[in-house]
Amino acid sequence: MKFSFASWLITLSVWLGMSAPAQAVEVTITCGPGGSDVEFCLKHAQAWAAKTGNTVRNFSPPGGFGEKIALYRQLFAAKSSDVDVLIVDGTWPGILKDHLTDLKPYSKGWENQHFPAMVANNTVNGRLLAMPWFTDSGLLYYRKDLLAQYGEAVPTTWAELTRMAQKIQTAERNKGRHDFHGFVFQGKAYEALTCFTLELVGGHGGGTIMDADGNITINNPQAAKALDLAASWIGTISPIGVLNYEEEEARGVFQNANALFMRNWPYAWALMEKDDSPVKGKVGIAKLPGQPSTAALGGWQLAVSKYSQHPEEAVDLVMYMTSAKVQKARAIGNSLNPTLPELYKDKDVIAANAFMANLSDVFANSVARPATLTGLKYPQVSQSVFSAAHEVLSKRATGEEAVKRLEQRLKKIRRKHW
Amino acid sequence: MHSRTRTAWLFLTPMIVLMLIVAVWPLARSIWFSFTDTNINDISAGQWVGLENYFGEYGLFFNPNDEEGFWSGDWGISIRNTFGFAVVSVVLETLTGLGVALLLNQDFKGRALVRTAVLVPWAIPTIVSAKMWGWMLNDQFGVINTLLLNAGLISSKIAWTAEPSYALWTVVLVDVWKTTPFMALLVLAALQTVPKDCYEAARVDGVHPLRVFWRITLPLIRQPLMVAIVFRLLDSLRVFDLIYVLTSNGSSTISMSGFVRREMVEYGNMGFGSAASTSLFLIIMLTAVIFLRLTRVKLAEDTP
Repeated sequence: MKFSFASWLITLSVWLGMSAPAQAVEVTITCGPGGSDVEFCLKHAQAWAAKTGNTVRNFSPPGGFGEKIALYRQLFAAKSSDVDVLIVDGTWPGILKDHLTDLKPYSKGWENQHFPAMVANNTVNGRLLAMPWFTDSGLLYYRKDLLAQYGEAVPTTWAELTRMAQKIQTAERNKGRHDFHGFVFQGKAYEALTCFTLELVGGHGGGTIMDADGNITINNPQAAKALDLAASWIGTISPIGVLNYEEEEARGVFQNANALFMRNWPYAWALMEKDDSPVKGKVGIAKLPGQPSTAALGGWQLAVSKYSQHPEEAVDLVMYMTSAKVQKARAIGNSLNPTLPELYKDKDVIAANAFMANLSDVFANSVARPATLTGLKYPQVSQSVFSAAHEVLSKRATGEEAVKRLEQRLKKIRRKHW
Repeated sequence: MHSRTRTAWLFLTPMIVLMLIVAVWPLARSIWFSFTDTNINDISAGQWVGLENYFGEYGLFFNPNDEEGFWSGDWGISIRNTFGFAVVSVVLETLTGLGVALLLNQDFKGRALVRTAVLVPWAIPTIVSAKMWGWMLNDQFGVINTLLLNAGLISSKIAWTAEPSYALWTVVLVDVWKTTPFMALLVLAALQTVPKDCYEAARVDGVHPLRVFWRITLPLIRQPLMVAIVFRLLDSLRVFDLIYVLTSNGSSTISMSGFVRREMVEYGNMGFGSAASTSLFLIIMLTAVIFLRLTRVKLAEDTP
C-alpha cells in the first residue's frame, strides 16, 4: 500500500514536471464576423496554435463599429477574462487605455518596423497598447471602362466628380439603365460618415474638424460648402438610399455595375477582382478627389486585455498575427494593407494589389480622426460629427447651419478641456 | 393561525429574495447611478452629482443650452418620436387586430389553420423580422420597390428606411404587421366570451349588423380590449429594436430607449444614461396611470 502511494506520487510529480513548461492554454481571439475575416484571421491564429501547442477559440464580435466598442467596454467594466486578444480600431486606444496590456516589454522594439504614425497613435502615456495589424484609408473606386468610353479622366476635385457622375449617369440612364448611379458612399449616421466628412471637408480646404491643440475649427465657409455639395448629390447622382448605406450596401451597388464611383476602404478591391464579380477588370482605384486630397486613416490593431488569464500567450499570438509573414498573406489574399512599409515593396504583394504600390503615399499621409486628442469623449465627438453631416445630407439643415451647430455641440462636449 | 403565517413566509421568502436580486437591486442601482457622473470606464469612480443629470446645464430638462427649445434637442426629439410612434401604431394595430379577430370569429372552412397562420408574424423574433423587412425595403434590391415599380404605383425607387420623412412611418408599418396578431388574439379571446344568445336575440329582432357591432360586441369586449391597448401602449413606448435595426439611427428617428442606449452603451455615460432611463420609466408610468384613469379600466376586480 505504502509502495503504491509513493509510486503514484512520483508518477504525478514527473508528469507535472514534464507538462508544466508546455502547459497548453486556450487563447480567445476576436476574428470575424465576416466570412473572409474568419478565413484570413482564424486560419492564421490556428497556425499559431499548431506551432505553439496552444489552442485558439474564436469570439466573433458584432459587425458594427459602435456595437463592437460598446461590447468591449461592457466586458471591461465587468473585468471579464472571456476575451484575450481584441481587434481594436485606431480611435479606441484612448478610450480603452485603462484596460489594455502594455505591449512594450514584450515587443522588444519590433513595433518600430511599422508605420510610425500608427505606433504613435497606439501609444498612450508611453504605453504601447496595441500592435498595428492593417491600415485603411478612404479610396475612390471608379469604373475605368466607363470613364474611357465617355472620354473622362479620374477626377481630382469633388466638383469634377460631381460633373462626371451627372454626365455619365444621364447618358447611361438614357440607354435604359434606370438603376445606374453616379456615386455611392457610406451615408448612414455612423463612424464611416465621420471619416467621409473629414475627407470631404479636408478636400475643400476646410481643415480637420479640430486642430492639433484641440481647438474646434469646423465652423468655416469651406466646410459648409463641402457639406452642401454632398447634400446636392442625394437624389441626383446618389440614390436617396445612401443615407442608410454602410460599406457593404455601397459595394453591393457598385459591384453589380450600378455605379460609376464609390468611396470605400481597400478591402473591397479583392472582392471586385473575384471571378464571379460582374465588374472584374473594369475597376480602378485612385486617391480621393479634393484639393488637397484627404483620406481618413482607418486601420485596425490587435491588443491584449488586461484581464486576460494568459497574457504571455496572448501577446505571443498578437506578435505572430502582426508579423510580416501573416501580414503579407493577408495583403495578398484579402487586400488588407500591411502596416510594415517594407511589404509595399514586396513583389508578391504588388502583383496582387498594384494599387498598394501606387498609393503608398496615400496610406502614409492619411488624416487621423481626432480620437487620441479627445480620448474618452471621442464617441460623442464622432456622433456629433456624423449627425451633423447626416442632417445636411438628408436636407434637414444647410451646411452653414450644421457646421455652426456642430461647433456649439463640440464645445459643449469639451466643457473645459478634452 | 400563527404557524400558518410562518409557513406562508417560509414559502414566500425564496421568491422575495429572488425579486430583490433580479428586480429591486438593479432598479435601485440604476436610480442611484442617475444621481452620479459614473462612466462605464470605471464604474466605481462615479461621484455624487445630485440632480445635475436631470436639471440644469448638463441635465435632461430645463437645460439652458437648448437654445432652440426643449423639443428640438435630442432628448425632446426622442420623446416626440416615441409618442408619435406609439399612438399611431397602437391605433392602427387595434383597428387591424379588431378586424382580423372579427373575421376569425366567423365559422369558415380551415379556420383553425388560418388562426395559426395569423400568429406567424408575432412568433418571429423582432430582430429577425426587422432584418427581414430591412432587406425587403432595401431601396435598390428590395422586393417591395420592385413590386410597386412593376405595378406602376411608383415611378422611382423609394428609400423607405433612409428618407427621414418615410423612416418613422416605415417602422410603424412593420410594427403593425408584427403586432396585429397579438391584438387579434386578445380580441378573439374576448369575442368568444360574448354570449351567443345576445346575437340570436338581435337576429330575431332584425338589427343591422353594424348596429350589433356598436351596441353589443364593442361594449361587451371593451374591458379586455382596453387591457390589450394598455399592454401595447406600454410596449410601444419602449420601442427600440425595430428602429435600431431598420433606420440609420440618426437623431431624426431616435426613440427614448434608443437615446438611453446611446448614452449608456455608446458614450459610456452610465450616470446620465441612467437618469434618462429613470425618466423613461417615470414617463411611461405616468402615461399608463393617465390612460387607465381616462378609460376607467379596472386591472383587478374591485374588492367589495
